Amino acid sequence: MSAKIISPKTYVLVWLALMILLFLTWGASEINFGVFSPVIAIVIAVIKMLLVVLIFMHVRYSSRLTWVFAAAGFLWLMIMITLTMGDYLTRGTVRPQNKSIPEWKVDTESQSR
Amino acid sequence: MNIIEETHPPPPAKLEPDYLEAGHTVRSWLLTTDHKRIGLLYLFSIIFFFFIAAVAAGIMRLELLTPKGDLVLSETYSKLFTLHGVIMVWFFLIPSIPTVLGNFLIPMMIGARDVAFPKLNLLSWYLFMAGGMFALYAIIAGGVDTGWTFYTPYSSRYSNSHVIEMATGIFLSGFGSILTGLNFIITVHKMRAPGMTWFRLPLFIWSHYATSLILVLATPVLAITLLLMALERIWGIGIFDPRIGGDPVLFQHLFWFYSHPAVYIMVLPSMAVISELIPCFSRKQIFGYKFIAFASLAIAFLGFLVWGHHMFVAGPSVYAGLVFSLLSFLVAIPSAIKVFNWTATLHRGSISFETPMLYALGFIGLFSLGGLTGLFLAALGADVHLTDTYFIIAHFHYIMVGGTVLGFMGGMHFWWPKITGRMYPEKMGQLAALVTFIGFNLTFFPQFILGYLGMPRRYHAYAPEYQVYNVLSTAGASILAVGYILPVIYFIWSLHKGKKAPANPWNATGLEWQTPSPPPVHNFYETPLVVKGPYDYSPEEEERKLEERHG
Repeated sequence: MSAKIISPKTYVLVWLALMILLFLTWGASEINFGVFSPVIAIVIAVIKMLLVVLIFMHVRYSSRLTWVFAAAGFLWLMIMITLTMGDYLTRGTVRPQNKSIPEWKVDTESQSR
Repeated sequence: MNIIEETHPPPPAKLEPDYLEAGHTVRSWLLTTDHKRIGLLYLFSIIFFFFIAAVAAGIMRLELLTPKGDLVLSETYSKLFTLHGVIMVWFFLIPSIPTVLGNFLIPMMIGARDVAFPKLNLLSWYLFMAGGMFALYAIIAGGVDTGWTFYTPYSSRYSNSHVIEMATGIFLSGFGSILTGLNFIITVHKMRAPGMTWFRLPLFIWSHYATSLILVLATPVLAITLLLMALERIWGIGIFDPRIGGDPVLFQHLFWFYSHPAVYIMVLPSMAVISELIPCFSRKQIFGYKFIAFASLAIAFLGFLVWGHHMFVAGPSVYAGLVFSLLSFLVAIPSAIKVFNWTATLHRGSISFETPMLYALGFIGLFSLGGLTGLFLAALGADVHLTDTYFIIAHFHYIMVGGTVLGFMGGMHFWWPKITGRMYPEKMGQLAALVTFIGFNLTFFPQFILGYLGMPRRYHAYAPEYQVYNVLSTAGASILAVGYILPVIYFIWSLHKGKKAPANPWNATGLEWQTPSPPPVHNFYETPLVVKGPYDYSPEEEERKLEERHG
């Protein structure tokens, strides 16, 4: 087990940072950044996640094996997101055999609207 | 029985009572932190749930004797198959081998006194039981009619049945599963006896390690998915219902991201048992130890990449269908590696047909058939024809019953002497194994034909031309029921009247056989020192002894 003792001050700082980031998330959602809105939200979420995992959950001070397990969890999340998005992002990219090219274009345009 | 009876060394002087004698009060059971007692608590619980779900299946099979819906209403029928599915999957199959045999054996097989976190182990059982109580409440209050898959938006918006209660039950028992998986992973990493290197671990441990990884990585996704479904049902937050801005296919993606790996949660532990039974009853080293060990991990990993094959008709993109179809074929490779290695172990072995071995051989045949018909379903074109027919039902029952249940029964017979200190009646055991095998095939093989002919699943009435196969299937189910009830009777009988079991009745290798039956509270009187790998069997030696015995 990791014997590293972390001072309460560190925890308080992490908590404060999380609170500030929470308000940032809320603030960013109020402003329309267009395509960058989800990017900003995800970046803030990743920073929050890293603060919790690395400091609050002690992964930063733990053995390499713990690092491997934490990374595996992250990798698994990526598998889920990648293969799921592999469906959503490629819908309508293959023309069904029973539709002519103009018919298919009309279909995909109406779907994207 | 042609295993040579060894002269058993006298049992070592009792330094502490065995785990069954260590306390006789209800409190001593309900507050126990002994992994062996917790294994037994799980055993009683899952058998209870198994019989509830089996009764539901029995009523369904009776209904399907005739083409008309004349025994139950269609609504009741929907509730029956949901009950059967939910209880069998989450309250019997998933916990079956890991929580009973895994809990009992993992610490003993690695030479430890207990699991890494004994109190957490007990908490797992309480979470499981709390989940089970919610599920029972949902059943008693009127049942659920969504099917075990809870597809949205029906489950989240329209069903008038007790969806939230049932989902809460599954949610809670899921946390029990996560904690069990976590406990096993840390136990295997941290608690191994001196000399027990990774490649000296029995294959039972490798398979359970792979199972635990899936439990820890997949189950949280199920919890989140059910929670999102509940949010939509209770507060109308649009997540899955397209009318309020949701996407129903997203539910299927998330649900199957858990539920396909869950198939491997069910079948990997069964493979764990088979890998112990085959070398013992062929008196031979396992063929391809490392291949089987790594095949377990490969199944755990690849099992996460194939979930889309459950959704081929749900409208995913053509590209996604193609990718998931290809990936689904890949998972057949490690499964086939295992089957071929077990078969190669049998080759030139000194095979005997005790009850556990009968179950193991049954497993190999039925799992192969279940796996191969899975390839039909991984193929996009064939799947469109077969989806939602009885072909699917037959396919996954060959995996769940032919795989998991036979493995569980084989394991229960093999380790029953260790668990209870009593032998079961061998002839009765062999009879039950044969009855189960015949009953199972008669129940489910006709369903392959029914499905291929186009009979859809989940209806209480059907076209008259399907009747003959349904009658065969119901007849098989009644034989299968006998195969299940027989062991319950003779296991209970053996507790009082069975012959006392020696420490190692099968002359098996493995640390669990080097301690008395039933084991002392802390498993071993002194921590074992491991100097060789598992499966140190020699068929030539066995044959020589046999020849000597028969002149």
